[in-house]
Amino acid sequence: MLLMSRSGRLTPALAVEKLGVQFPQPTGTIFAVREASLSVQAAECVGIVGESGSGKTQIFMAAMGLLAAAARTDGSVRFEGREILGSPPAELNRIRGSKLTMVFQDPMTSLTPHLRIGTQLAEVLVSHSQMSWHDAERAALRILERVRVPEPRRRLRQYPHELSGGMRQRVMIGMSLLCEPSLLIADEPTTALDMTVQAHIIDLFRAMREESRMAIVLISHDLGVVAGLADRIIVMYGGRVVESGRARHILQRAEHPYTAELLKCVPDLKGPRLDRMPSLAGQAPSPSSIERGWAFAPRCPRADARCRVERPLLREFPAAAHQVACHFPLSS
Amino acid sequence: MSAVQRLRSNIGAVCALAIIVALISLALVGPLFNPNNIESLDWAHVAAEPGLIGAHWFGTDRLGRDLFARTLEGTRVSLAVGLAASAISLGVGIIYGAVAGYVGGRTDHLMMRFIEVLSGLPLIFFVIFLTVIFGRSQYLLFLTIGAVGWLTMARIVRGQTLSIRQREFIEAAVASGAGSARIIFKHVIPNLLGPVIVYATLTVPQIILFESFLSFLGLGVQEPHSSLGTLIAEGAGEMEAAPWILVVPGSFLALLLLCMNILGDGLRDALDVKER
Amino acid sequence: MTRYFFKRLAGAIPTLFIIITAAFFLIRAAPGGPFDQEQALPPEILANLQSAYGLDLPVWAQYGRYLRALAHGDFGPSFKYKDFTVTELIEQGFPVTLQIGTVALMLALAFGIPLGTFAALHHNSAADYAAMSLAVVGIAIPSFVVLPFLGLFFGIYLHWLPVAGWEPGSIRHLVLPVIALCLPPLSIIARMTRGSMLEILRTHFIRTAFAKGLALHVVILRHALRPALLPVAGYLAPAVASIMTGSLVVESIAGLPGIGRYLVQGALNRDYTLVMGMVIIYSALLIAMGLVVDLIYAWLDPRIRFGR
Repeated sequence: MLLMSRSGRLTPALAVEKLGVQFPQPTGTIFAVREASLSVQAAECVGIVGESGSGKTQIFMAAMGLLAAAARTDGSVRFEGREILGSPPAELNRIRGSKLTMVFQDPMTSLTPHLRIGTQLAEVLVSHSQMSWHDAERAALRILERVRVPEPRRRLRQYPHELSGGMRQRVMIGMSLLCEPSLLIADEPTTALDMTVQAHIIDLFRAMREESRMAIVLISHDLGVVAGLADRIIVMYGGRVVESGRARHILQRAEHPYTAELLKCVPDLKGPRLDRMPSLAGQAPSPSSIERGWAFAPRCPRADARCRVERPLLREFPAAAHQVACHFPLSS
Repeated sequence: MSAVQRLRSNIGAVCALAIIVALISLALVGPLFNPNNIESLDWAHVAAEPGLIGAHWFGTDRLGRDLFARTLEGTRVSLAVGLAASAISLGVGIIYGAVAGYVGGRTDHLMMRFIEVLSGLPLIFFVIFLTVIFGRSQYLLFLTIGAVGWLTMARIVRGQTLSIRQREFIEAAVASGAGSARIIFKHVIPNLLGPVIVYATLTVPQIILFESFLSFLGLGVQEPHSSLGTLIAEGAGEMEAAPWILVVPGSFLALLLLCMNILGDGLRDALDVKER
Repeated sequence: MTRYFFKRLAGAIPTLFIIITAAFFLIRAAPGGPFDQEQALPPEILANLQSAYGLDLPVWAQYGRYLRALAHGDFGPSFKYKDFTVTELIEQGFPVTLQIGTVALMLALAFGIPLGTFAALHHNSAADYAAMSLAVVGIAIPSFVVLPFLGLFFGIYLHWLPVAGWEPGSIRHLVLPVIALCLPPLSIIARMTRGSMLEILRTHFIRTAFAKGLALHVVILRHALRPALLPVAGYLAPAVASIMTGSLVVESIAGLPGIGRYLVQGALNRDYTLVMGMVIIYSALLIAMGLVVDLIYAWLDPRIRFGR
C-alpha cells in the first residue's frame, strides 16, 4: 500500500533521520552509526554498501529494535510515517516480522535447532494474524514453494540441521515474506553461501522484485551483489552516509572517491586480466575512534589539508536525487 | 583492570574476606578474653540465656558449659580439620591431575574415567559404609573428608596441564633433557596457580561442610573434641528450651561457609576470563 | 530412541551387580562382627545366632544365598531391629523418603528455573543481584543448619508448623523438611539456568525469533528454554544425589521414618544387612536417575536423537 502524506508526497517505507548509535563501554564509547540519514521509498530496492564497521547493519538493527541492551540511540527512524526508534518491544512486535522483516547473513545459525521448519514458519502467521496452526502450516507450504525449496512438504517436518545452507536461507527469506511485508531488510544474505548458491538467491530476490510491491533493503560489502538488484545505492563509511543516488548513476559515474575505489574492487569478467586484485589501501576506521576531521582522508587519493580538518557534509551534487559528502567530488 | 583490582572492586568478596578474618581471629584470640573455658561446668547457670551473668556472653548449654568458649573451640576444630583435609585432598588432586594431563593418552583416559565414576556416587554413602565396616576412627574421617575435594581439583588441573603442555617452554625443557617428573614439578605446577587458588577457595568450604555434616550425624569428630557440626546437633536437640545452643554455632558455621563461598566466587570472577 | 534406551539399560544392570557384589564382600571382610558391640555372649549362644543368620557358612555360600534372596526381594533380617526384616523396613521407609525427595526435586525445578530465567532477563539489575545472592546463601548453608533454623522460626516462634515428628498422611510435618531439602539444588539450578539462558539469549536464532515479532514469553518458552535447560538436565543426577544425602540429615532431625534415618542408625549400630539394603536401594535409584537424565537429554536436543 502506498501511503500519501498530506502534502501529497509519498510516505517513504523507511525514513532514517540523523540516527546515531553508540555503545558505551568502560574503555570508551563505540560509535557504530554517526548522524546517518537515508530513506527507502515504497516498492524500491535500495542497496547499502560499505566495509565492516561502516554501520550499515547497525542502522537497521536499530530500526528493528534488535540492538544490544547497552546501546544508546538518538535521531529518528520512521516506518510508514510512524516513529519506531525506541518503541517498546510490545509495540514493535506488531510490525516486526510482519510488515517490517529482516533476513540475516548466517543461515546456519539463525534457525532454532530444536523446532521443525514448519513450526518456525507457521508461528509467524499464528502470532501476527488470527490464523490457526493448521492454516498457517498450509501457508508455510505455499511460501516454501514460492522461494523454490524442493520437496517442501518433507522440509516442513524436518529440523534445521537437515537442510543445507542455501535451503536454510530460502526458509529465512520465506519466513520474512509470510505476512506480505512493506519492507524487507536483507543483511548480507549471500555472504555465507557458496558462489552457485549465491547466484540462486540473487535470482530469487529478482523474482520477488517483479512479483510484489515490497521495498527491499539489500546490505552488502560486495557492490557486485547490489549492482544487479538495486534501484538506488547508498554508500557508508565510518558510520556515516557518504554517497547516495540512483544505482545506474553511481555504478557508471560515482562522485565520491571512496565509491570509486569500491567499484574498482569489483572484478570485471570482461576487462583485461590483472596481475593483482585492486584493493583499498589502509584500514577502515574503528568505530571507537574519535573523529579528527574526516575519517576517510588518510586513504583518499584526492584529499588535501582541508579534508583532514573539516569533515565534508552530505549535500546534493551534481543534481537532486544524488547526494555526496565530499569536498572534491569526482566530477568537479 | 588487573585481577587484584577486580577483586577489590567486588564489595561482596571484600566484606566476605573481612568477616572470615574476623571469625578466625575471634576463634584464635577469643579464649584469652573469656574467663570461662570449655570444660568447666557452671552448675549455677545451667542452660542460661546469653547475657552478662557469669560472663556467659553466649549463654551456656545443658551441662552449664560456656557456649562462647565451646563455639570458639568448635570453630577452631572445624577450621583445623577442614584446612588439613583440604590440604591433603588438594595435594592429591593437583598431583593426580597434573600427571594425567601431562602423560596423556590411555593413562589419562583411564584416570579420568575413574574420576567420572567416583563423581557420580554420593560420598556420604561411602562414608557410612566404611563406618559400618571399620567403626569410627579419626583416620577414616580424614580419609573420607579428603576424598571430597580432590575430584574437581584433579579435573581442573588436568585441563590446565593439557593446555600448558603444548606451550613452547615445555618443549624447550624436554629438549634440554629434563625428566618428566622434573618438568611436572618445576614447570607445569607453578603455572597452575591461578585456577588452583580459585578452586581451593571453593573446596575448603565444601570440606568444612562435609566434616560438619558427618559430625552432625555423629560419624565425625569424636569426643572430647567437638566441631561446629557436633554443637549444632546438640543445639537441634535443645531447640525448644534453649534455642541459643543451636543459633550460635549454627550462625557461625553458616556465616563462615557463606563468606568462603562468596570469596571463592569473587576470586573466580577476578582471575578467570569466563564471564558471570 | 528405544534402541538407545535399551542400550543404556543394558549397561546399567552390570553396574548395579558390581555394586552389590563389592558391597557384600567388603562387609564380610570387615573386622569384627555384628554382635561384637553387645555384651560378651556365651559361645553357644553366639554360635546359635551365627547359624541363625547364616554366618557360619562359607562366604561363597552366603553370597549365593544373599543373591537368591535378593531376587525375591528379600534383603535379609535386620541385625539390630530384631523384629523386622530389612525388606519390611524398606517398605516402611521408602515411600516417605521418596515423597519428600520427589517433592523437593520438583520444587527445586519449579522455582529454580523461573528464578534463573528471571535473573537472566533482568541481567545486571538489582533484582538479578538479589536473586543470585539468595542463590549463594542457598548453596553455602547446609540443610542441617537450615532446617533447625526454619523449625526455630516457623515452629517455635510462629507456631505455624510442627518442628518434628510425623503422622501418616500428614503434610504439615513435611513442609519444613522439604523446604530445607530443596534449597541447595534450587539455588544451583537457578544459577545454572541464569548462566545458560544468558548465553542462549545472545544466539542468532533468538535474534531471529525476536525479529519475527514474537512475544517475549513465546521466545523464552518455545525457543530459548529447551537449549538453556541442557546443563540443568546434566545436573539432575547430582541433584538427586544431593537430595539423597540431604534426606539423611533432614529425616534424622525431623524424625521422619524414612530410609535415610534407617541408614544413619544402621551405620551407628553396625547393622550390616540394613546398610547393605539401603546402599543397594540408593544405588539403584541413582542408576535409574542416570537413565532418566539420558532420556531427557535426547528429548531436549533432537540432534542427539538422530545420533549426530
